[in-house]
Amino acid sequence: MTFLQRPLRLGFQWVEGWFDRIFGPVWNPFYNLGALGFFYFWIVAVSGVYVFILYDTGTTEAYDSIEYMTYEQWYLGGVMRSLHRYASDGMVLMMAVHMLREFSLDRYRGKRWFTWVTGVPILWLTLAAGITGYWMVWDKLAQYIAVASTEWLDWLPIFGEPVARNFLAPSILDDRFFTLLTFMHIAVPLFLVVVLWIHLQRVSRPKINPARGLAVGTFAMLVVLSLVEPAESQGPADLATVPAVVGLDWFYLAAYPLLDIWTGGTVWALAGTLTLMLAVLPWMPPMRRAKSAEVDLDNCNGCTRCVEDCPYNAITMQPRTDGLPFSQEAAVDPSFCVSCGICAGACPTSTPFRRASDLVPGIDLPDRSLAALRAELERKTEVPAGEGRVVVFGCDHAIATSGLEAQGVVALSLPCIAALPPSFIDFVLSRDLADGVFLTGCREGECFHRFGVAWTEDRLARRRDPYLRNRIPRERIEKFWAARPDRRQLDEAIATFVARLKALPRIEGTVAAGAAGAGAEQQKAADHV
Amino acid sequence: MSRALRYLGQAVVYLGIAAAFATFSKSPNYVHFPPDQALLKVSLVHSAQRREACRRLSAEEIAELAPNMRKPLSCARERLPIWLEVLLGDRVLVRDAFPPTGFAEDGPARIYERFEVQPGSYSLTLRLRDTDRTEGYDYQFQEVVELRPQQNLVVDFRTESGGFILR
Repeated sequence: MTFLQRPLRLGFQWVEGWFDRIFGPVWNPFYNLGALGFFYFWIVAVSGVYVFILYDTGTTEAYDSIEYMTYEQWYLGGVMRSLHRYASDGMVLMMAVHMLREFSLDRYRGKRWFTWVTGVPILWLTLAAGITGYWMVWDKLAQYIAVASTEWLDWLPIFGEPVARNFLAPSILDDRFFTLLTFMHIAVPLFLVVVLWIHLQRVSRPKINPARGLAVGTFAMLVVLSLVEPAESQGPADLATVPAVVGLDWFYLAAYPLLDIWTGGTVWALAGTLTLMLAVLPWMPPMRRAKSAEVDLDNCNGCTRCVEDCPYNAITMQPRTDGLPFSQEAAVDPSFCVSCGICAGACPTSTPFRRASDLVPGIDLPDRSLAALRAELERKTEVPAGEGRVVVFGCDHAIATSGLEAQGVVALSLPCIAALPPSFIDFVLSRDLADGVFLTGCREGECFHRFGVAWTEDRLARRRDPYLRNRIPRERIEKFWAARPDRRQLDEAIATFVARLKALPRIEGTVAAGAAGAGAEQQKAADHV
Repeated sequence: MSRALRYLGQAVVYLGIAAAFATFSKSPNYVHFPPDQALLKVSLVHSAQRREACRRLSAEEIAELAPNMRKPLSCARERLPIWLEVLLGDRVLVRDAFPPTGFAEDGPARIYERFEVQPGSYSLTLRLRDTDRTEGYDYQFQEVVELRPQQNLVVDFRTESGGFILR
């Protein structure tokens, strides 16, 4: 899949870079796609309630009631109808881009399969809700959709009498059909809400509301559009004639022309194959993941920080099982854990200052332990490299750190930048392993592990546990959140940081690596906890 | 980027999205059917005669049945196919046998066919056979029809209405 993902990802990152400049990372629509989808859904729901109040079920009444709200009550009914339509189109657009983006960022495989797979029925339900909605207008487009849809359904050998026979002639269609249609148009979105709820079950802190500024802008756009270009019908349906030319809503009905080219069976086969392909995509090929995080009860005091920070609901607290005098302990569900290491970064026992005992935090990744990170850090910084020495901590999913190393600059990669406990920054500077620490990771808003950048920013700013200690000179820390297209800017940021460090006086009271005794180390570790 | 420039950029983005909604929610138009053609739709759902005639049970046979299952006739479930012919002028649109539906072949035959035709005046001939006869037809219908462009003329069939119906 890489051959598809790579160009898509680069394309998204290029566009998102521009949107970052225009909207800023918080308002960037690309970082709010799912939330915008929900926002459009609520607009559709609220406007739908109003449209339903004015809607009349009946072969002629349906069309007439919609014409009334469009032209006689254009200032409210018409606007509501237009909001209903355009927000529905917005849902489809957001859904499609959201799906493509998650695919391109490789955020659909491994333990994330559940969210992806439960997204597949959402596609169908959204389309079904939209199609039944267009049907209710009972204009020429509705007639076309009704006949084409039922002829397609009739390909399935499940109906005693062809459903399309309900639309043979005006005398056959009766008012009760519109009651059924109204029921379907309400029932399908209600079911959609249930599936959306399931969709988010493995996502902690799901972002279901867009940033306020973005929401205001989006809603204002829809209202203005509804006033300038109100949704209109395409003339009353007449089953005695064929609606030869129809204005399709391509967001919902783009597949309908296929029914005129291919047989119903072929289109069913295509729809089934596409659905199946989407559903099995997370296993094409299966993702090989590192081992899940593991809890070390001897070092876990049940502080819940790892639970708070886990983006995947993979950690829960349970009653203590080892007799230690704490009420709870952390427990990892391996089927939810994606091995991002954010929990290890959040654990207050993850301090590299430990020497008397092994560096075994309360929770850690077996394959990429913090002890290994410390060992790599010490190995890479043992050679003196003059002034302006920098340790870069990066993440596996942003710009590769291996390309950032240069004279005086060493780089280490983590599964996520939030897997870095703030005490490591303290460790680097107080042990004089470098003159400054540079943090880089995914762009703000497109973090592969969702909250890596946000948690790191919060820890550095002392808004979130574990805090970066006050004693650390902030001018010796720099961060730059970057995607692949930002490589040049990242190089420049590191070079500028190196130059800045060279101009700074040497840090007072730093301890050369290995010079301090074990007792002092333990005291520092205790300070951190 | 200055704040004014950012707001201007946002306005441009919103304008672009709004333009996409306004445009693609109703256009480009799709020509679903040639506007200069008429449509003849042949759709009927009709059960042919049973493959074997029902047999009247003797008093002894009825007595052998469970009390709640007693009935005077014993009927096999299978039905015959129906034979249908639809001719529009000289053009043969349908001339075929349509089997009964259902696993036990006891359901009605289902026909749903669409034909694009040139508008004009035609002699429409409809014939249907739903018994085991091999010659002649059980139902016949002939009428001159005027077809206008985009007209949707439907050929239906209702036994209770006497056979073929044009809608």
